[in-house]
Parts: sequence; structure tokens; C-alpha cells
Amino acid sequence: MSKAQPLGGTIFTPFFMAMMVLFAISVYFLGVRFTEGMGAVANINGGYPWGIWVVYDVVIGTALACGGYALAITIYLFNKGQYHPLMRAALLASLLGYALGGIGAFIDMGRYWQFYNLLLPWHMNFNAVMLEVGLCVATYILVLVIEFAPAFLERIGATGLLKALNKVLFLFIALGILLPTMHQSSLGSFLVAMGYKVAPLWQTVYFQPVLALLTALCMGFSIVIFEASMSKVAFKLDDETHLLSKLGKIIVGILSVYLVIRFAEILMHGKFGYIFAGDKNSLLFIMETVLFIIPIVILSSQEKRNNPKVLIWAAVSMLFAGSLYRFNAFLLTYDPGPGYSYFPSVSEIMVTVGIVAFEIMAYIVLVKTLPVLHKPKHA
Amino acid sequence: MDRRSFLKGASVGAAAACVSTVAEARPNLEPAPEALGMLYDSTLCIGCKACVAACKEANNMDPVISGDDLQYDSAKDLSGDTLNVIKIYKDGTAEVKDHEENGFAFEKRSCMHCVDPGCVSVCPVTAMRRDPLTGIVTHHTDACIGCRTCMGGCPYNVPQFEYDEAFGRIHKCQMCNQAGLERISKGGMTACAEVCPTGATLFGPRTMLLEEAKRRTNLKGGDTYHYPRGDISKPESFHEKDLDANYVNHVWGETEAGGTNVLHISGVSFDKLGMPPLGDRSYASQSETLQHTIYKGMALPAVALAGLTYFVKRNKDKDGEE
Ligand code: SF4
Ligand code: SF4
Ligand code: SF4
Repeated sequence: MSKAQPLGGTIFTPFFMAMMVLFAISVYFLGVRFTEGMGAVANINGGYPWGIWVVYDVVIGTALACGGYALAITIYLFNKGQYHPLMRAALLASLLGYALGGIGAFIDMGRYWQFYNLLLPWHMNFNAVMLEVGLCVATYILVLVIEFAPAFLERIGATGLLKALNKVLFLFIALGILLPTMHQSSLGSFLVAMGYKVAPLWQTVYFQPVLALLTALCMGFSIVIFEASMSKVAFKLDDETHLLSKLGKIIVGILSVYLVIRFAEILMHGKFGYIFAGDKNSLLFIMETVLFIIPIVILSSQEKRNNPKVLIWAAVSMLFAGSLYRFNAFLLTYDPGPGYSYFPSVSEIMVTVGIVAFEIMAYIVLVKTLPVLHKPKHA
Repeated sequence: MDRRSFLKGASVGAAAACVSTVAEARPNLEPAPEALGMLYDSTLCIGCKACVAACKEANNMDPVISGDDLQYDSAKDLSGDTLNVIKIYKDGTAEVKDHEENGFAFEKRSCMHCVDPGCVSVCPVTAMRRDPLTGIVTHHTDACIGCRTCMGGCPYNVPQFEYDEAFGRIHKCQMCNQAGLERISKGGMTACAEVCPTGATLFGPRTMLLEEAKRRTNLKGGDTYHYPRGDISKPESFHEKDLDANYVNHVWGETEAGGTNVLHISGVSFDKLGMPPLGDRSYASQSETLQHTIYKGMALPAVALAGLTYFVKRNKDKDGEE
């Protein structure tokens, strides 16, 4: 079995420079946000307290970062060791995705200098979904750092420490499965407290956590497929389609369960009519559903699954489906009542773009300097 | 693939799901034992906005000027600078007061002081608090992290953040009883009720206000009624008025989302006045039931973690990799 190695090579490629420019632009707008207030940069308002900084950076961003979580379940819970070669890259992407979700949450936190109140037991409100999400995500970021630490320790040759860490790593891996299960489902529970503001097709009291969790898992498997395929092209690595296509099969299973629950809930509560109401919400629902069905159709066929080009389209469709589902529920169909509307401003979007650019830069630097990916044997 | 380990892994999940079904639903909270509130009677309101000015003065907030209207506070909606506004409903020619068709009506927007407040339930750091005795919902800046979940969790979009400040705060009506003002604790009444010339905004114990509201909504057009001003438990004065239009037979806040301590009655239906579509069950009770069902006493995550650790360790050892 090949070992993970640093890829080496130049870091400052033209692509990397472009990402730096995007990041610099976001730093400027962040300066404005922290000196003149959030209103100077973002279009959030009295009726729409959460804009893309919460919904994209945190809610969608962490779901897109579920690759490490999805693979950990496959490898350790279902004992499929053959996926080990994919694990480090997935962990790194998860770590970056979650860390930047955490940064996004901090940027969006109106009174960030008091964030430590979340950690003071006498302030904690255990009824609040936000408390659980905040603490759980913060802990998971630490767990991801520890799970990824072996790559760093290998690189600096700290063999003793590596051995010691490996002895207790199973504890962190278990936590790394438990924590995302908790907060990814809770991110769905947020919607319950918002009541009528969430459109009927997206509002349900008891199924919110399971719908959020199942889609997050599928997004996790899809991002592993997506990253591995992109890295293969970008860094000329060996083809791993045989492994990835099996992940595709798992997606079909989970996604089918999701769609059954989603539609059963809609039918059960007599909300079927909203689907064909012909308004904005029905259109968004249909778009979202089509995006969910595409991966099922593609990935159900063994032949299509084994074709790397088709496989990646299925994964991309799934990533868009899960993202649109979240955008729809939290923003696009969210209606706090007359007099309020929200569309992100250019500066607000640039902050999010800059954060993503930073994530990509960090990924490139780390795979080139640390043993994360598996180089082809003949290289 | 090892079928046995798959089955065991699945059974951990199934066991977790079973534990989660035993938790009980949390019902709506009951009104506080000595709940205080206000009754806003839209038919009495003359739109003078004396309450808006008095609210700003009591709470030390600057007027909001919009357009050329430099004389008066012309805030259009609640914001980080405004805790109380009078809004207007208009239809067609807007000739007759308190009529839905070709009429107009006033509506007061300020915190409803919910019996089962969403803002309190969702705040991660207990910066929103319901007084156990009076039910007054206050905000505590020293605890607040500015996550703005309370804004989304409030059915009336009441808490407002100062988006125009580098170090913004959340603002909401605290029934004039926040630390430093404490009009109620000092035996007084709310500033808006005190200045209201017609008694459209009336202060007092929720039970008395609810009885008063029901007496009024049962009146018929043409009836004469003695309307108290100020504090219903010790009114300063009364005035007599003949009813021009019928009340809508509905006291807003008796049951909506668990009820509110600030009650509204009106001559036009409440959806016209911009009140949200609410059922009887509070979102706070639904959200907390769900949360506690999943995390009953944190036992479930602990059980799950033990199970996970066992499988991970076993599968990792067997792998012998890394
Ligand atoms: S109206 Fe809104 S801010 Fe006021 S108590 Fe109810 S939930 Fe809280
Ligand atoms: S903004 Fe402040 S008061 Fe509102 S939920 Fe967040 S911490 Fe609580
Ligand atoms: S009770 Fe006090 S803070 Fe609330 S609206 Fe009236 S005057 Fe303003």
C-alpha cells in the first residue's frame, strides 16, 4: 500500500495568486465590518437577522465539510479499511471547512468580544439549540485538529509523540463521529424555533434534525468524491474511481431514505398542494428535488457509477441539492412578514468568497507540504 | 464487508433512537403568577404617538428622523433605536376609522412579553430572561454575544440589533423595568401607558387586562363604555365613549403561541394589522421538546459515545493500519 506523501512543488501558482487577491478584498471589507458595524457591509436587517454569513459559511459550509465524518463512519463503524487512503485529505478538508465555519460565525457574531459567555456554565441555556451547536462545533474543530495531527507529526518526524497519539486516537475518532451527528442534526432544529417564518414545505417540527443529518451525510460522501476527483486532475494522482463509486452507492441508500421521509412528511401534513402552487417557493422546491434525484438516478447504475466523469456530476448535483435545501429553508423562502426583504450585498458576498479562497489556499499549501495525499507509485 | 459489524453498528443507532422516544413533550409555559402586561385597544388609539416619544425619553434613545419631517420622531419600524412604533393600516379611500374596507386603523408594535417567549428559549447565553414573578422579559447586554437567534426566534420580530455600530447591542422593550429604569419595580407603570391620552395603552395585571379586553370585545356598536386610563388596577381617570364600530371578537395574546402579557384588541382583523399567523402551541415548547427528546439529560450522547468508542477501537485494532 502506498503511503501519503507531501506533493511538493511551487505554491505560488497563478491560481494561488488569484485566490490571494480574493482573500485580500475580503480582508478590506472585514475591516469595514469591525469598525463601522455589520450594516456597513451586510444587508441583514430587522427581519432577516441571518444572511449568507450564517447560512453559507456556517450552515452550508460545515455540511460541505462532512467528508471526514462520512468516511470515519464508513471506515471505523462499518469497518471498511480500504478507504484509509482517502481519509487524510477528507480530514484536512473537514478541518478547513469547519475552522472557516467557526471564523464565519465569529465574524457574524454581533458581540464577538463576549463569545466566552458561551463557555461559562452560569450563562449557558441548555434549551437553546445555538448553545449546543456553538459548543459542539468548537469541540469538533479541536477533535479534527487532533485527528489530523499525525500528518504533521509524521512530517516533523516526532515518532514518539505519534505512537502515543495513535494509542488514544480511537477516542477522538469516536468523538469525531458523535459530534457532527449532534450538531449537523441540530442545525436543522434551528428552523423549528423560527416557526411560521420558515415556509411550509421546509418547516416540520419532528423531522428537521433527521433531514438535516441525512443530507449532511450525503454531502459529506459527495465532497469526498468531488475532492478526490479534483485532486486527481490537479495533482496528477492515481485513479481511485473503484473506491469512489462505492461511496456513490451509499449515497443512493441514504438519499432514498431522505426523500421518503421528506415526501411522507409533506403528504402527511397535507402540504402537497404547495409543490404545485406555481409560486417562487414551489419552483425552488422542484429545483431542489430535481437536484436530489439526479444523483440517485446516476448512482443507481453501476455502469454510470464507474465512469469518473459521470460520477463527479452526480456528486456535484448532490452538493448543490444539499446547499439549495439549506438556502431555501433559511433564506430564499424565509418570510418574517411584510416590510422585510434580504439579498446579500456585493461586499457581503466578497467576504464569503474571500473565506472560501483562504480555505482553498490553505488546502493547497498543506497538501504540498504535509503527507496528505497518495502520490502515484511511478512518480 | 463484515456483516456482523454492520449489524452491530446499526443496532447502536437503533438503540439510540429508542431511548429518544421516551422523553415527554414540554407543554406551553403558564402565565407568571403575578403577570403584568398592557392592553392596547386599537379603536381608542388616535395615532398621536405620544407613547413613541415617551418611550424614547424613558429609555434614553434618540429620535429617528425620516424624510423632511424634522419635527417629530418618524421611525417607521422597530430598530436598534426604537422600541415602540405606531403603525397604520389603510385600505382604499381610508375614510372610516377601524373599518377594513375603505378604512384605517392603528397598531402598536413593541415587545408582546410572551408567556412562553421564543427569545428566552433560543438565547444560548441566557441574555433574555423572563421574570418568574411578573413575566416581564428583559435583555441583558453584559451576557449577549450578538448571535441574533432571538430575532429569528421572536414571532413578532421584536429584538433589534444596532447594525450601524461597531459594538452593537440588542434592544427591545423591557416594559420599562430594566436595571437603571425599573419603573415597575418602583411601583409605577410603563411610560407609554402613562402618557396615553385615551387609555388605548393600558398597564396592569394580565388577569385584569384580559377580563377588561373580553368585556370590550363583547360590546355592540352604539353601546357606551367607561374607559380607564393609565394603570387598570388604580386608574387615574375614565372617559366615556360610544362605540362606532364593533370589536373583532378576539383578544390577541390570550392564546397565540402560548399567549402574551401584552394583549391587543381591535376593530379590524389582526392579520390586516400585521400580526403573524400563529397557532396555540409556542415554538419554544416545540423546539425544547425536540431538543430534549434527542438529548434527554445528555444520557443519549453518552451511550452513543460508549458504543462508538467500542466499535472504533475494535475496527481500528483489527485494521492494524496507522
Ligand atoms: S415578543 Fe419577541 S422579544 Fe418580546 S417576549 Fe415575545 S419573543 Fe421575546
Ligand atoms: S443576540 Fe444576544 S440576546 Fe439574542 S439570542 Fe444572541 S446572545 Fe441572546
Ligand atoms: S413599556 Fe416602556 S419600553 Fe416598552 S414600549 Fe412602553 S414605554 Fe417603550
